Amino acid sequence: MERGVHDLGGLPGGPVDKSEHDYLPWEKSVDAILSLLVNDKRLMRVDELRRGIESLDADAYNQLSYYQRWIASIAAILVEKSVFTKAELEARIAGIDARLRAGATS
Amino acid sequence: MSAPAHFAPGTPVRVGTGDPPSHVRTPRYIRGKPGVIERICGRFGNPERLAYGGDGQPKQTLYRVRFRQDAIWPDYAGAAQDTVDIEIYEHWLSADSDKS
Repeated sequence: MERGVHDLGGLPGGPVDKSEHDYLPWEKSVDAILSLLVNDKRLMRVDELRRGIESLDADAYNQLSYYQRWIASIAAILVEKSVFTKAELEARIAGIDARLRAGATS
Repeated sequence: MSAPAHFAPGTPVRVGTGDPPSHVRTPRYIRGKPGVIERICGRFGNPERLAYGGDGQPKQTLYRVRFRQDAIWPDYAGAAQDTVDIEIYEHWLSADSDKS
């Protein structure tokens, strides 16, 4: 097996960014969504979240931020479990996107 | 306890060299390396099954295993007593009688 893109132990990583930063509102939403799915709805487990993150292709993994990886994994796991289809998810995203654009130009 | 821990603290162990394509919790850099059981952390659902929607049974004993840094990195330049602790599930470990 090729080394997984997430399995970085022993590779040069450069200096560690230790600066403190606030979470963005959408990042808090992602955290809340996972908590609801795992603890309340019991639709998925954190182990599945991790597996989904590790399953991102290397380009996506490297380009996405921490919580972007989370929501990409959450969406993939919920599609896998037939909670919704990929088409339904994309239609919902397109609808919200259209609404936001309309709001921004009005 | 129906299934007691296989290794007691202080036991020399070696990490398996398995390389499955699936989700595992044992980082690549520690596979095949010798260490010593530092403590027994408890028994938990197997995350390598939970990751695929399974129920995680049977539970696996999780150990904290201590490794010498110079046993992990061939060119390690730090102090000889430097160690790293990694939590590893029992099915990744075997007894290590090799005293090298």
